[in-house]
Amino acid sequence: MSEAQEFKYIGQRTVRPDGFDKVTGRAAYGADLTLPGMIWGKTLRSPHAHAKIRSIDISKAEAHPDVMAVATFKDFVTLQSESIAAGEGSADVLDLAKNCLADDKVLYHGHAIAAIAARTEQAAKDALSLIEVKYELLKPVMDVEDAMKEDAVVLHDDMFTAGYEEKPARASNIATRVEMKMGDVDAGFADADVIVEREFRTPTAHQGYIEPHACTVTYDEDGQSMIWCCTQGHFDVRTSTAKVLGMELSKLKVVASEIGGGFGGKTVIYQEPVALILSKKSGRPVKMVMDRDEVFIATGPTSAAKLKAKVGIKKDGTITAMQGWMAYEAGAFKGSPMMPGVMTMFTPYDCPNVLVEGFDVVVNKSKVAAYRAPGAPQAEYAAEMVINELAEKLGMDPIDLRLKNAAKEGTQTIYGPKLKKVGLVECLEAAKNSPHYQSALPEGQGRGLAAGFWFNVGGQSSVTVNMNTDGTGTIVEGSPDIGGSRASMQMMAAEVLQIEPKHLKPIIADTENLPYSQGTGGSRTTFATGMAVIEASEKVVAQVKERAAAVWNVTAEQVDYADGVVRNTAGEDSMTLAEVCKGAEKTGGQISGSANINARGAGPSFAVHICDVAVDQETGKVDVTRYTAIQDAGKAIHPGYVEGQLQGGAVQGIGWALNEEYIFNEDGVMENPGFLDYRIPLASDLPMIETIIVEVPNAFHPYGVRGVGESGIIPPLGAVGYAVGNAIDRKVEELPCSPPRVLALIQNG
Amino acid sequence: MAKTHVTTSINGEPQEFLCEPGDTLLDVLRNDLNMTGTKEGCGSGDCGACSVTLNGRLVCSCLVLGVEVEGAEVGTIEGVSSGDGLHVIQEKFLEHAALQCGICTPGIIVSTKALLEENPNPTEEEARYYLAGNLCRCTGYDKIIRAVMDSAETLRGGA
Repeated sequence: MSEAQEFKYIGQRTVRPDGFDKVTGRAAYGADLTLPGMIWGKTLRSPHAHAKIRSIDISKAEAHPDVMAVATFKDFVTLQSESIAAGEGSADVLDLAKNCLADDKVLYHGHAIAAIAARTEQAAKDALSLIEVKYELLKPVMDVEDAMKEDAVVLHDDMFTAGYEEKPARASNIATRVEMKMGDVDAGFADADVIVEREFRTPTAHQGYIEPHACTVTYDEDGQSMIWCCTQGHFDVRTSTAKVLGMELSKLKVVASEIGGGFGGKTVIYQEPVALILSKKSGRPVKMVMDRDEVFIATGPTSAAKLKAKVGIKKDGTITAMQGWMAYEAGAFKGSPMMPGVMTMFTPYDCPNVLVEGFDVVVNKSKVAAYRAPGAPQAEYAAEMVINELAEKLGMDPIDLRLKNAAKEGTQTIYGPKLKKVGLVECLEAAKNSPHYQSALPEGQGRGLAAGFWFNVGGQSSVTVNMNTDGTGTIVEGSPDIGGSRASMQMMAAEVLQIEPKHLKPIIADTENLPYSQGTGGSRTTFATGMAVIEASEKVVAQVKERAAAVWNVTAEQVDYADGVVRNTAGEDSMTLAEVCKGAEKTGGQISGSANINARGAGPSFAVHICDVAVDQETGKVDVTRYTAIQDAGKAIHPGYVEGQLQGGAVQGIGWALNEEYIFNEDGVMENPGFLDYRIPLASDLPMIETIIVEVPNAFHPYGVRGVGESGIIPPLGAVGYAVGNAIDRKVEELPCSPPRVLALIQNG
Repeated sequence: MAKTHVTTSINGEPQEFLCEPGDTLLDVLRNDLNMTGTKEGCGSGDCGACSVTLNGRLVCSCLVLGVEVEGAEVGTIEGVSSGDGLHVIQEKFLEHAALQCGICTPGIIVSTKALLEENPNPTEEEARYYLAGNLCRCTGYDKIIRAVMDSAETLRGGA
């Protein structure tokens, strides 16, 4: 793509095509589908964090007149351990099944054990008490420190740490150890004038989407099945569900409903295969909707982590060595986002000597799911806190220190490739010139700043653009729209077709109407699905030119297309797009374009955030008084929804930094599974979130797009954490900075 | 247990339904009357996704029993727009990109309407506190508050 493109529609703030249904309540979400004859499913969950299941007796439940079906792990097909694509990474199919319904062990408070379908939701709930489960209690292992001890109780006796040259002699809770390095950190630290080394902790936190997981399913006598559910990736729901139930993909249709938030958490299956089992057994459509406490105890969360960061620096501000260590909780089954943590921790810095070691550790909590830039916020929090402390020690401006060491085009990453063109320097400069940074910090407040890096991904997207006989069109895509992406698709297609966006209707097709498309995650949709939309639209334009050329008896090369009109450059003729589409019947049939791509070249998005806080010295309560989020979008297709991503990411990060954490009692039971006690930010907690969109185009996308969804959740942990420390003149290490923790810091020093 | 017969008015239209004593107004709206615009996010009055008005007062419909609306006037998201177009608040939410996933949007629009009927000229802080019972996880509230303030200004100037 060229550096400065002129756009006709890209960059405008259009009204999203799905907006009318969403402001009127018409939009149908996961729990909104009712089918004739439908019954309700509810799940029996473990009250214990860790126990062997001695027996499950479902006979009384089955005998109850209201109960129409009961499901347990025995209803799954016999499964072998096998890695399949699931959500934003891979998962073992056996683990997936055991997480949907426990086999011989419950591994966390809330672990599903059995499910009942009954005529009403209340009847299903009431009947759960008829299922008799006998447990043999085991000691719960609730954090990485306990889990990694030599004599720790082991969750899985067949799990041996991967990542060592020799297979360990004993099973352990450490699933994987990873080490990445470049250069010589010892030599680098020897060159340093100042070294700071600190240890940090981040809590178990939930994605906190407002819509609980929900599905309505049918299973017919021919084995033809349908799942309607709220998911970020309905093709992946099909793959996972078909696998655990031993079905052919052609027998299972998955329809993505509108989705009420996901943030990574709606990329895996929970109730879907269980509901299908209940439907098969009862011969009725089945709806399952989680209660809010089920969402907290049995879905999400993201990894709590223990981290160490050590950075050496010369007096002139040159970083000479960076070293990191991290242990991430995976929950009950292996697969924390430790690896991206290792990869992203120090990537904002151009330093030749880097060493990072990471551990993926199982504990008795629900299996973690992806959460917005999975793994990066924790690791980069540790790095950014130490960088800020070094700037303070050197008496150097934290932006200047970062500018001196900033990653840029050509910077070697620890994970292999050198960076292509990126916008960190531009973000730092924008931060430095921002009204916020230029303003004096109010008396008594604290200020913090942090950078964030996320790779972004591309991947498989399938799109068809179908033209109607009046010159309008339908964009058929397979990426569930969580935050307004249909508006972006509409604008990109409009840009190619040179007609107003409102004439193009984007829809999310089900799994039978398009080839496989990866889910919405990794900030990939506007980038990768957008590329497919552009390619499919270009095919439409090519056909339109061919049809006109045939009518005028010239070659397609002699036909120009602009502003929705084809023109014969060899004569005077012209036709509108609508006229060509109307005449398609006589020129070779209807017009459409398809593109099934595997997009490469996702451009990383860097972010820089600035945060001011006021701390109540008597209660320890922290108020964010001013906040600015700066991020490289490559090219903002719809600036309003790009700003929305920056603001939403910032506020989720603020919540994580200030209040959000799972609280467990000594038995490993979660004590705050509700929005009253797991406190996500409210409107009254926040100021306006100022935004600055930086645009350093990504050369691999026709319009320069970089994904923007995830990077914004990374900097808040360091920016807020450092601002709090700055306000109370203490070193913050453990998040969240909740009132009791801040008060203890103030009082104990 | 025998169901109770309830006669009420929803969005100005007379309505009758049968419900169990334990059914919430939210259950009745969604499952019996198929009015799924009102959403359930928590079932415990913490998230505001199920906001409706009951005799003009803003309530969480998950905290009201179906039998309690006998003889009452219930207002839901389905009644906010008139037949011939969107309400100003709905237009402003679209114009300001004040929704992302949209699950909280019906509740927030119902709450905003109640706010502006009570206080046509709220300060930003008053708007933030009035909407503190409506959780949104996507937007960080910035654009919601802008849409609310702009709606207030338009409604003051126009009507």
